[in-house]
Amino acid sequence: MDPSRKRKIRLVVALGAAVLLAGGLMLTSFTADTPATTPSQLLAQKGGGDYKLTGKVVDGSVKRRGETLSFAIRDRAGNTSVPVTYTGVVPDPFRDGREVIVDGKLQGGTFVAERDSLVTKCPSKFENASDGDKRS
Amino acid sequence: MPGIGSAALVVALMAALYAAIVAVVGARTGRRELVVSARRAFYAIAGLLTLCFVLVESAFLRGDFHWAIVSERSSETTPTFYKVTGMWSTQEGSLLLWAFLLSVYGSIALFVTRNKHREIVPWAIAVLSGIAAFFIALMVIWGETPFATITPTPANGQGLTPLLRHPAMMIHPPMLYSGYVGFAIPFAFAIGALITRRTGADWIRTTRRFTLIAWTFLGFGILLGSLWSYSELGWGGYWAWDPVENASVMPWLIGTAFLHSVMVQEKRGMLKVWNVSLVIGTFVLSLLGTFLVRSGVLESIHAFGASTLGKPFLVFIAVVLFGSVALVISRLDDLRSEARLDSLWSRESVFLLNNLVLVALCFVVFWGTFFPLISEAITGDESTLGPPWFDRYVVPLAIVLTLLSGIGPIIAWRRVTLANLRRSFVVPIAAAALTLLLLVVATPADESTASLIMFTLIAFVFAVVAQEFWRGASARRVMTRESWPVALSSLVGRNRRRYGGYIVHIGIAVLFLGVAASSAFHEQADARLLPGQSAKVGDYNVTYVRPTARPGDASRGTGALLTLGADIRVTRDGKTWDLHPARNYYGTPSDKGPFAALFEGESTSEVALRWGATEDFWLAVQPDLRNIEDAIRRADARFADSDMRTQEVIYAAILARYIDRPAPLPVRAIVSPMVAWIWVGGGIALLGALLALWPSPAARRREVAAAYKARVGGELSRV
Repeated sequence: MDPSRKRKIRLVVALGAAVLLAGGLMLTSFTADTPATTPSQLLAQKGGGDYKLTGKVVDGSVKRRGETLSFAIRDRAGNTSVPVTYTGVVPDPFRDGREVIVDGKLQGGTFVAERDSLVTKCPSKFENASDGDKRS
Repeated sequence: MPGIGSAALVVALMAALYAAIVAVVGARTGRRELVVSARRAFYAIAGLLTLCFVLVESAFLRGDFHWAIVSERSSETTPTFYKVTGMWSTQEGSLLLWAFLLSVYGSIALFVTRNKHREIVPWAIAVLSGIAAFFIALMVIWGETPFATITPTPANGQGLTPLLRHPAMMIHPPMLYSGYVGFAIPFAFAIGALITRRTGADWIRTTRRFTLIAWTFLGFGILLGSLWSYSELGWGGYWAWDPVENASVMPWLIGTAFLHSVMVQEKRGMLKVWNVSLVIGTFVLSLLGTFLVRSGVLESIHAFGASTLGKPFLVFIAVVLFGSVALVISRLDDLRSEARLDSLWSRESVFLLNNLVLVALCFVVFWGTFFPLISEAITGDESTLGPPWFDRYVVPLAIVLTLLSGIGPIIAWRRVTLANLRRSFVVPIAAAALTLLLLVVATPADESTASLIMFTLIAFVFAVVAQEFWRGASARRVMTRESWPVALSSLVGRNRRRYGGYIVHIGIAVLFLGVAASSAFHEQADARLLPGQSAKVGDYNVTYVRPTARPGDASRGTGALLTLGADIRVTRDGKTWDLHPARNYYGTPSDKGPFAALFEGESTSEVALRWGATEDFWLAVQPDLRNIEDAIRRADARFADSDMRTQEVIYAAILARYIDRPAPLPVRAIVSPMVAWIWVGGGIALLGALLALWPSPAARRREVAAAYKARVGGELSRV
């Protein structure tokens, strides 16, 4: 086999392998994640299963009563919100308007969260003065 | 005063446009005086932006709250260090910083190359000016100006976000931006080389130092960010695969690939298309990284419109990307390799594999970072991929990378031979095998297969580098009869690039060691303790001794108004340590009253960290205020409008009650083996990079002599 043909084959094999691996990665990523449910989607669900609820913390809704933290999560783009009760570690970036994810289930209109399951996303470092917190 | 700044920005924008246009005209007509003029215009941009920078900083230092930027991020009580560095925690200030660094580094690069590469430099000037024009335009045209003012002038500013009041976090942006901006220079020269069809290794050689400097800054910036996360945020980790973290690591990965593959182009004239693609990729990813952190786009594809900068940035990135790709395609003929890959078992091949692994890593990070947008576009549901997904792909790739970093330095160019294998591979493989044996027999390392493999390969890398140093020094000794230390230092002094590179490999191997050990073998305990109670974590016993309350934490200069914490006694094997984790309270203006404003306002975790060579002990607490909540309410109801004196007395009473009747305290303790080696490894890599960068007189002499000879040859051939 002459060298240039050998090289072409090598290139095709390498590219093919790369495409296959990348494709595999992309396909498995769709099943690997836990889709996060938004408040409006959650309220539309009838079942009582476990969900990963995501959205923004409603301004002014955060109350701490002893061990329990209660707040409301709303749709990122809308106003539908769900009240949440949570016990456990509260991450530092948690505050009004921040994007959060919490695991748990809907019970009687309130989302009861699993202990220590609250995750707060690192906020975009620069928020416009018009939206986001006024303070940072 | 702000008026001068705004004017300076406008003039700088005009200078940038002038420089870009005139440089192109000068390039096409061959008129050198135009190129000189363009270069000077670029220097002028640097001067004007320096002026703007100084103006903003002096407003901060003066505490001039008439300036919007100062009142947003500073206050009367902000410590001076944070006054100075607060500028770049804002959108406008950070844009100014970016443009300022670009103009300064660009000016240095253009100054250094003012008498070289007469054909490429004009285009490089044009590209750098174009980029500068864009960033200045963001400030001038799209309104993100640092010179905005507020009327009426507020009495006090809002102060710096407490989470950012950590030295690492304030140095982090200039380091990162120096990296991003630094990559603009090889990019500009690559574009120039492509346009003028001078695609040999010249542009690479000239910009190599700048690329390495940029890479070093970016790496250092990333390291600082993760150090901040570990020691300041209350979760105890150093990397969360968060989009903002990923945004900075992607250009670093491709930059690393580029630094390696240029060696193949210099040695054998191969991989030219690959190299220009990598440098374009690095720069585009730098722009993407700059953009991601400020646009909020990853929250949702619909959030685009929310940030005014989203659209212009994306358009700019698209223009840069597609323009560069089109240019590369049009120049494919000039990018033909001068040589071919002789064998898959060769150093060229290992470098290529190294590049593929790094690109694969970048792809994994890219996909995982943008997945929320992708899944929303494809399935309508927004999903996120978390650390477990990233780790699944990154860990095996990192293992392969470590293996390659050991093989690369000792495998022969062109084609490996049995003799080469015997000579160079036997000792390192033996060392690795021995290490594997020891690890399995004497340590619990075999509980994690990935870690075991990684540790073995790290031993392999150490052995390879040690062998290289030993071989090089003993070869010198044969000729010069120097003693070992002298031989080693002259060896390294004469081959800074190579041995600096080896030291970087050691540094990265040590860093991987820290990451592997601390991820696979860490122990964590979360408990709620009353005073006197204990919890166990690993071999440690953690006892909550008593709560503490200190108004105004003077330490660390954070300007906190109150620090609530705990005295914690930690014991292990008869040794005792007293640690004082706490939480700083900064107070947030609240309509509930001054007491609520303080206790329920912004707060940050002040972690108690005991660094150790073999393991770190990390401790954080989150004071539970339930037993004083009542008191806070009542204080606000009755004393919200009282004078300072009365408020202070009430305040002290509330604190006393907190101490007397503490609620169960949530405590998190983490034992991380070898985590300090991450920072040590990063430091070693940094030193290695500095060594590789350091100009050596001998090398400079050779360079100058070669350039002189080339010039003489050129002149003679024209006669």
